[in-house]
Amino acid sequence: MMLNGRRKARLVLKNGLVFEGLHFGATGTRFGEVVFNTGMTGYQEILTDPSYYGQIVTMTYPLIGNYGVNVDDVESRHPHVRGFAVRTLCEWPSHHKMVDKLESYLVQHDIVGIAGIDTRELTKAIRTVGAMPGVLTTEDVPVESLLARMDEALVPDAVSRVTTQTVYRAPGPGHRVVLIDYGMKAGILRSLLERGCDVIVVPATSTAEDVLRWKPHGVMLSNGPGNPEDAPYAVEALRGLIGKVPIFGICLGHQLIALACGAKTRKLKFGHRGANHPVKDLRTGRVDITSQNHGYVVDAESLHGTPLELTHVNLNDGTVEGLVHRHEPVFCVQYHPESRPGPSDARYLFDEFIDLMTRVREGRFAHA
Amino acid sequence: MPKRQDIREIMVIGSGPIVIGQAAEFDYAGTQACQALKEEGYEVVLVNSNPATIMTDEQMADRVYIEPITLDFVTQIIRKERPDGLLATLGGQTGLNMAVQLAEAGVLEAEGVELLGTPLEAIEKAEDREKFRQLMQEIGQPVPRSAIVRNQEEADAFAEEVGFPIIIRPAYTLGGTGGGIASNWREYHEIVERGLTLSPIHQVLVEQSIAGFKEIEYEVMRDADGTAIVVCNMENMDPVGVHTGDSIVVAPSQTLSDEEYQMLRDASLQIIHALGIQGGCNVQLALDPHSSRYYVIEVNPRVSRSSALASKATGYPIARIAAKIAVGYRLAELKNPVTQDSYAAFEPALDYIVTKIPRWPFDKFRSANRSLGTQMKATGEVMAIGRTFGESMLKAVRSLEIGAYSLWTKQPDKWSNMEIEKKIRVADDDRLFAIAEALRRGVSVEQIHDWSKIDRWFLWHLEALVDLEQRIAAVANPRLPIEQVLDEHRELIHEAKRNGFPDRELARLLKADAIAIRAWRKKRGIVPVYKMVDTCAGEFAASTPYYYSTYEREDEVETSPRKKMVVLGSGPIRIGQGIEFDYCTVHAVWALQREGYEAVVINNNPETVSTDFSTSDRLYFEPLDVEDVLNVIDREQPEGVIVQFGGQTAINLAGPLADAGVRIFGTSREGIDAAEDREKFDALLTQLGIKRPEGRTVTTVEAAVEAAESLGYPVLVRPSYVLGGRAMQIITNTNELLQYMEEAVEVSQQHPVLVDRYVNGIEAEVDAISDGETVVIPGIMEHIERAGVHSGDSIAVYPPQNLTEDVKRLIEDHTIRIAQSLKVKGLMNVQFIVHDGEVEVIEVNPRSSRTVPFLSKVTGVPMVQLAMHAVCGGQLADLGYTTGRVPESPAVAVKVPVFSFAKLHQVDISLGPEMKSTGEVMGRDLVYEKALYKGLIASGIAIPAHGTVLATIADKDKPEAYPLLREFARLGYRLAATEGTAKYLRDRGLEVRVVNKLAQGTPNLADDIRQGKIQLVINTLTKGLKPERDGFRIRRTAVEHGVPCLTSLDTVRSVLDIMKLIHFQTMALGDPVPGQGGGEGV
Repeated sequence: MMLNGRRKARLVLKNGLVFEGLHFGATGTRFGEVVFNTGMTGYQEILTDPSYYGQIVTMTYPLIGNYGVNVDDVESRHPHVRGFAVRTLCEWPSHHKMVDKLESYLVQHDIVGIAGIDTRELTKAIRTVGAMPGVLTTEDVPVESLLARMDEALVPDAVSRVTTQTVYRAPGPGHRVVLIDYGMKAGILRSLLERGCDVIVVPATSTAEDVLRWKPHGVMLSNGPGNPEDAPYAVEALRGLIGKVPIFGICLGHQLIALACGAKTRKLKFGHRGANHPVKDLRTGRVDITSQNHGYVVDAESLHGTPLELTHVNLNDGTVEGLVHRHEPVFCVQYHPESRPGPSDARYLFDEFIDLMTRVREGRFAHA
Repeated sequence: MPKRQDIREIMVIGSGPIVIGQAAEFDYAGTQACQALKEEGYEVVLVNSNPATIMTDEQMADRVYIEPITLDFVTQIIRKERPDGLLATLGGQTGLNMAVQLAEAGVLEAEGVELLGTPLEAIEKAEDREKFRQLMQEIGQPVPRSAIVRNQEEADAFAEEVGFPIIIRPAYTLGGTGGGIASNWREYHEIVERGLTLSPIHQVLVEQSIAGFKEIEYEVMRDADGTAIVVCNMENMDPVGVHTGDSIVVAPSQTLSDEEYQMLRDASLQIIHALGIQGGCNVQLALDPHSSRYYVIEVNPRVSRSSALASKATGYPIARIAAKIAVGYRLAELKNPVTQDSYAAFEPALDYIVTKIPRWPFDKFRSANRSLGTQMKATGEVMAIGRTFGESMLKAVRSLEIGAYSLWTKQPDKWSNMEIEKKIRVADDDRLFAIAEALRRGVSVEQIHDWSKIDRWFLWHLEALVDLEQRIAAVANPRLPIEQVLDEHRELIHEAKRNGFPDRELARLLKADAIAIRAWRKKRGIVPVYKMVDTCAGEFAASTPYYYSTYEREDEVETSPRKKMVVLGSGPIRIGQGIEFDYCTVHAVWALQREGYEAVVINNNPETVSTDFSTSDRLYFEPLDVEDVLNVIDREQPEGVIVQFGGQTAINLAGPLADAGVRIFGTSREGIDAAEDREKFDALLTQLGIKRPEGRTVTTVEAAVEAAESLGYPVLVRPSYVLGGRAMQIITNTNELLQYMEEAVEVSQQHPVLVDRYVNGIEAEVDAISDGETVVIPGIMEHIERAGVHSGDSIAVYPPQNLTEDVKRLIEDHTIRIAQSLKVKGLMNVQFIVHDGEVEVIEVNPRSSRTVPFLSKVTGVPMVQLAMHAVCGGQLADLGYTTGRVPESPAVAVKVPVFSFAKLHQVDISLGPEMKSTGEVMGRDLVYEKALYKGLIASGIAIPAHGTVLATIADKDKPEAYPLLREFARLGYRLAATEGTAKYLRDRGLEVRVVNKLAQGTPNLADDIRQGKIQLVINTLTKGLKPERDGFRIRRTAVEHGVPCLTSLDTVRSVLDIMKLIHFQTMALGDPVPGQGGGEGV
């Protein structure tokens, strides 16, 4: 439901499809890749997940903003999406933790929103055509001129825009872990701290030497936005780390490990974004329901001849979801074991990482 | 793991008759299970006592046993069939309890039957409160403080420790039967005592109340490998305190953050892992609205009403998948039947909001206590899907068929402020409308929240709908043409449509005509589109033919150029319109497909087989209101609409649809009218020379009295609009008539009342199929209870046991001639009354009736299939049928009604012209008495083998009752009676113990019943609507303590017939031999 007196807003896709709705949040014109997320809760975590940097996100669930925003459900300091498209913005949220309504939060962070559009039609368009550039605008400009500017939606090397600029430390009594921040979700840091780790967060551009200087017991690779091939410096650093220290990679971190080991990545048609993706552990047969957010994926064919072994696959489309290094203490997953938003079925992976570091420290890791 | 090869034959146990707390959802679950097992190549043996179900259709299983679900009968079937496995988690609490009994009796072990799916140990851990609490403590899941008590002393000790309010739940009962919330000692003692009686193991759980917390449910599935998923979560709008079956429920949860959603999801999964569930399971949790504290309320280790709702809400077929898990499959091996290329191991994503509203029987039970609590009272429910809260909520409201089309109903402006506050504080069936009215009167959301503890989110959204209502009313201008008003406020109207406002409501607010508004909308292109329910929020391509309407841009329906027909379903299950009509709807679909049509179904009941998207070619989950139906018709462009299988709901739509130019297939609108309009019907019967009890239509109280006096008492009175005999009563004198006219009906020019001469005779009933010429009569049913007991509440017998061939011929003749003159195409139901060899017609229903499934099953005539052939223009002769009666079957079958009185307080259980039963069972055997025995056993009447019969008999019934009671004495029963009855019986030589009436102080007969001194109550006293009367209280006491209570001497006679059958006669030498001149027999 809309309050009267809202101005019109439009979402224009590169293929010419136009959605007219009502504006909320900030005003202006924002270009970005248009993607959809099928999670029914967790919009605040999605908005603040740096992996969405540069994207216009639409939620397939039609009522968004029901519980407002709070101080806990953030995955980074501020939202990273460029635009937010929903069927209905909830004007009357209710929650004991709420500090603000979604709308004012978006205004505060200069995010343009559109409401009242047929988000299912939009989702199906993306599913059919693929994730594509688009623009969200509150301004009265002709569609043609917007279409002519679609290049503005492209974001080269998005990682450099969202990584930490400085090194910082979150101390703990346990294993010392260097966490390379490619656009890290706070949940990853939180998951390590909950397990007592002594965490040093370093920028994405850190070299192997920069990392090893900390004499870490393990290296954690975070998620991050964009195409992994846009971050050759990160791949280079990983080549210097694999075999020297236990490594656990998540999402972009997983893709970078694959590239460092000689595999390839490719773009998915419309990605996996949601909280319901089934991932099968090929070693146990068990299926976990996972939280996902990625537009690129490791190419399964390209694993031949690399030291990587496929451990997890997506049950729906068979894509690569998890890898382990055959000889070194390195493993990684495409999905988000830290959850937030989404199910926490895969949180045990952090325990496995802790266990791996312990085994290596105690000399119990058996090199194959 | 692929499916198991070591089992070949599987027994499936159904849930038996429809009762409150266990309804059509188990037909849906059982049907899916049978289909799933058969498609895997297993031999399926089905046991269910309920004939009105699709699952008991012959083709659903390899062998179908419509037999009582009792240890004896099921054991006998197991010994005969020797199945390898037993699937009991799809038959509700009945199926589960049966499995536990079979296991405990050692039958499963002795016969080598393996319990498939969730292991018995897990079932026990989930069902036994103590074991469950212990398990929760072990795995660190919080549960409210509670105790299992076995007597009042233990209960008192707990209450002293914890304080009130306390929730009381009896162990192992359906839908929380006998439970409640006590806020003081008096209530506490009363509920605990009742609970101890009703619990089959005499245990009651007393629990610290967490009323006011959010009530959240998770529907979860798990396979033997430990892969577990959440199919759906649901949020009850009514906080903890109102049974989830009586709550308005939305899916998915609306007010939970992701953190909370996942916290409760984790808890649910941890619980089912700990239990070791293999299949479906329901977890209910309570979440503190002020913190993230939560408690586990309970777990149902089986498919349930909630899982049926979750299946329909998401498209994920829980029962089907549960059946496959039970035979060894893993979730990751099973395809998602919706998308066909993703797997069952995933969690559905919804891109719409689902609302469920319960349907309560209080329109039937005016004296019932309408307040809602821990004991479920609803008989059915509706579900609606929308893309906004308003759309979902208002569609659900108008699906209820309670005369409400929006948040405005029953002239809420008549309620006083105090009444409104009370309705909101103590939830009742009107709470939603009371909230809306409170908002209209300016009561703040805060205030309402304070009264109801309903989350502000829901209240604010309701306030927005009320606000919209007021904004629309503000632009009403009857002086301008409606089109101009609409054009000027086009945006507002569009907003209203997007928020679920029907044209009827716009018409009310704008003081205009709904048809004109519809015409304007169509001209302006403000029409709904249809979106697909696909389990995945559009992420994957799906071709599920499952749709709902919304006012948005893209329409997704893929219609085909094939000829098609729309079949209207029957909406929510209610008394008088039950699962029988869903059975007919489903068969109508199958028959249409056989006739070469595409079948499109419109229905809104989430419990049923007809709303399984795999049943029809396309399913529209929509209200059965004219506007919604016309919208589907506009979109589908069918050849026509079929209204005769969806009960009165569908029949009532025939007129408005025909007015809108829609072609009604089957009996024409004129034919329907001629049967339903009293005057036209009278004229027709006169013309045919067929008799009917004389009657008058009156519009004033004076005219009613005059009519009654000229017809002669007793008379049968009822409002002209009747569904299942609502508000119908036999009146014996003027005082009663005046009282009835004042209390039960509002007589007026618009609402005439019918007064008929009451004929005391045998009732008989016929369902016939006609193509206009050939009229096939599959069978005649005779009712055991005499006229005056509603046909739906009577025990029906096929073939008739007491009708002469002449009478049968007359019935046949009347049926044929009526069908031919009404030009019936399809089904027709006629009710007759037989007295002194004469046959009179009571009523004709130009549609399928509730006896169609029963009769189809016992006669073997595929009635709906024949009817549909006629509807589609075919000749019955083509199928080899000729006019007249089909030869009678050698087996005897009885249909016995089943009531839910234990769940509805302050409802009189005595039988009368107003229907009260919620379900039915069938008993079938080679002789009548055995069939009846099975029927009564299956219906839950525990016929005591010995003990005391308490008789309280009205004076007029005493002569008739005497020989029956003498027979009880002869069979070895002791007799007890109140003074008057006792004297009458003693005077005739019977030995009778006198018991005190209620007014005579304690100990009285109610105490005797409570203390288990009475095994059977026969009561024909003081029938009426007033709860304070003796007869009423005796009957209630019996019901609440599980003692069978018979209120019709006809039923008593039948019970005696059975007793004589199951008892050997022991006779001393020289005793008169019964039936051989031993006095006037019975």
